[in-house]
Amino acid sequence: MHLETDVLVVGAGGAGMYAALAAAAEGARVLLLDKNMVGRGGATVMAQMTVAAALGEQEPDRWEDHLADTVRAGRELCDEGLAEVVCRGAPERIREMDAWGVGWAREGGHIRQVVAPGHGRARCCYVDFLDTGPAVAGTLRKRVSRASGVRLLSNLQVVDLVVADGAVRGALALSVGDGALVEIAAPSVVIATGGLTKLYARTSASNNMSGEGYALALRAGAELVDMEFVQFFPIGHLAPRLVGMDPIMWDPFRYKLGGRLLNGAREEFIDRYGGEDRGRYTATRDLATYAICQEVERGRGSPSGGAWLSFEHVPEADLRAAFGPVVDRLLANGIDLTRQAVEVAPIAHYHMGGIRVDRRMRSAVEGLLAAGEAVGGASGANRLSGNAVSEALVFGEIAGREAARHALGASRGWDGAVARRAREALAPPTTSADGASAVALLRELRDLLWRDVGPFRTAEGLARALARIREMRVRDLHDVSVPDDRAFALELAEWHELRAALEVAEAVTVAALARRESRGAHQRYDFPEPLPEFRFNQAVRMCAGAIAADRASEVGA
Amino acid sequence: MTRVVATLRIARGRSGEPRRYDVFEVPFVHGQSVLDGLIWIREHRDPSLAFRYACINANVCKECVMRIDGANAYACTERLKVGETTVEPLEGKALIRDLVCNTITPRERLDARRPSECP
Ligand SMILES: Cc1cc2nc3c(=O)[nH]c(=O)nc-3n(C[C@H](O)[C@H](O)[C@H](O)COP(=O)(O)OP(=O)(O)OC[C@H]3O[C@@H](n4cnc5c(N)ncnc54)[C@H](O)[C@@H]3O)c2cc1C
Ligand code: FES
Repeated sequence: MHLETDVLVVGAGGAGMYAALAAAAEGARVLLLDKNMVGRGGATVMAQMTVAAALGEQEPDRWEDHLADTVRAGRELCDEGLAEVVCRGAPERIREMDAWGVGWAREGGHIRQVVAPGHGRARCCYVDFLDTGPAVAGTLRKRVSRASGVRLLSNLQVVDLVVADGAVRGALALSVGDGALVEIAAPSVVIATGGLTKLYARTSASNNMSGEGYALALRAGAELVDMEFVQFFPIGHLAPRLVGMDPIMWDPFRYKLGGRLLNGAREEFIDRYGGEDRGRYTATRDLATYAICQEVERGRGSPSGGAWLSFEHVPEADLRAAFGPVVDRLLANGIDLTRQAVEVAPIAHYHMGGIRVDRRMRSAVEGLLAAGEAVGGASGANRLSGNAVSEALVFGEIAGREAARHALGASRGWDGAVARRAREALAPPTTSADGASAVALLRELRDLLWRDVGPFRTAEGLARALARIREMRVRDLHDVSVPDDRAFALELAEWHELRAALEVAEAVTVAALARRESRGAHQRYDFPEPLPEFRFNQAVRMCAGAIAADRASEVGA
Repeated sequence: MTRVVATLRIARGRSGEPRRYDVFEVPFVHGQSVLDGLIWIREHRDPSLAFRYACINANVCKECVMRIDGANAYACTERLKVGETTVEPLEGKALIRDLVCNTITPRERLDARRPSECP
């Protein structure tokens, strides 16, 4: 099957839907597709906390102050041009979403904004109760399904881009429902596929966050940047099993009520690592992550391999006053906070790295743009909370607009011969090998990355991971047997996912190995301090199938 | 130590084929969802088992709806139990395979009748 459009948007989270709306507003024909369901698949719909924008509704604020906080958090590695685009552009997007009826929480006639960690002002807006992401995604989904000029397709997974003479010409996609390979001709392609945190065994990710968009860009000849910086959230929910809630929800609980972090022997332990806790939660994120990982390594973790978080000392009335509806949802999960502690541990939560773009969201490949978490650079070595949804909306709008302008002026069209070669190069997996399944290899990869490329890294662990990832990439991937089953081609989709995941895992690992220091989210036991000589960004490229990291050239936007 | 298991009896097959049931035992962990059990089966026993899901923890994608012990339910919020649980595809929706029905809204489906048309 062959489809044609002006702008192809890959991935329909906040960034992709905004891009589609903006491109259509410029008069372009848009195809917006998602491997899961449009507007329901990725991180956007799961975000339960806040969105940062210098609206100045709660107290005076300026985008310059938001930028200063963002750059400070990025530990000297932010692409300040991109960070400026986010902070300057966020208020306009938040107000536009307000006009579209997203329903930001209000008080006294203005949008209510709260302080979140790292922000020097009350800057973060939200939708009650814990409904920020669903409201943002729902509002955009409604608009995009009514927009004229936009066609939506669910269950279409882009597996390769088609590139000729340095310009993107379109893409190849797997129609998961019937196993067909679909050609999509498009002079502009926006990658809005979100992040990669599914690659870690402990994660807040949904099933579609294997970083496939990073691999698409890498294969097409674009650069990735800051790939070593995966954000780990220190007190992610670990046990007992909790569904229907954001696994990072304990943060506001601790801030408001002070929860006690305890080791397996129910002792406070943060102070052993130079922090002071005493139920007030003043320890920084890096320190909390370090302390929990150390306790677990020394055999003093909680039963599931984390730490206890206890609110047993907090009176029930206080719990209810602060988080009434949430306390009920917890009770429905069989968790009574007045009687039991929960187990928490660091979990992979967001990816700072991604596709390298200029301020207009253009990659080095003509016609190839990116938006949202797929973009690297704006957060440097560490992201401020609330900035990710802003980034998705702001980058999405710019990418859509730029993609439309490029497409409407493009002279180079679809190249049938190149597409045919791309199809042939996509050597289909065999139907008769006896290797492990793609889903089993993904499981192994996620455990491997968690152990050796996780919150704390060493040269030895990284080298071990790299060797196994390369072995999987050159050998095991090709020994996966995929049945020739057309009815819901899940295993074929997973084979493509695994192919991309291995490339992305290698990109993260080579960059982490080369950064022989600790900075922000990249922490090494063998090089525990930040070093001035590493105050530069690393770019990852693919050359004849080989993936390598080196110092990035200065950004010129 | 005895291993506590949950037993999942799962409807299999493509549309047009006679339905069969496969029975799997999965480790029982208190609080885990039926979806956790289904994912475990794919990773450790049978990767060909087909079902839909995306968000896993959040109950926001609504893809994992299926029949569990005879009633429509989300696999991610329904708990695993010791003993047998029967899992089947939705009724009244066109079956594709195993637990997967054609639940994509018609206008978001790739339809051979309007192949290359983009508005
Ligand atoms: C649980 C959770 C809570 C969070 N809470 C907050 C918060 O409170 N505040 C905040 O600022 N940030 C938060 N974040 C981060 C933030 O939600 C994300 O960074 C942001 O929503 C990313 O938006 P996006 O549009 O770039 O990607 P996503 O919303 O992840 O969308 C990407 C889409 O691309 C699709 N896709 C992937 N690969 C392909 C392919 N090959 N072909 C076709 N489609 C593909 C996916 O199915 C998905 O639908 C949270 C993240 C998580 C996981
Ligand atoms: S997996 Fe998303 S609602 Fe069940």
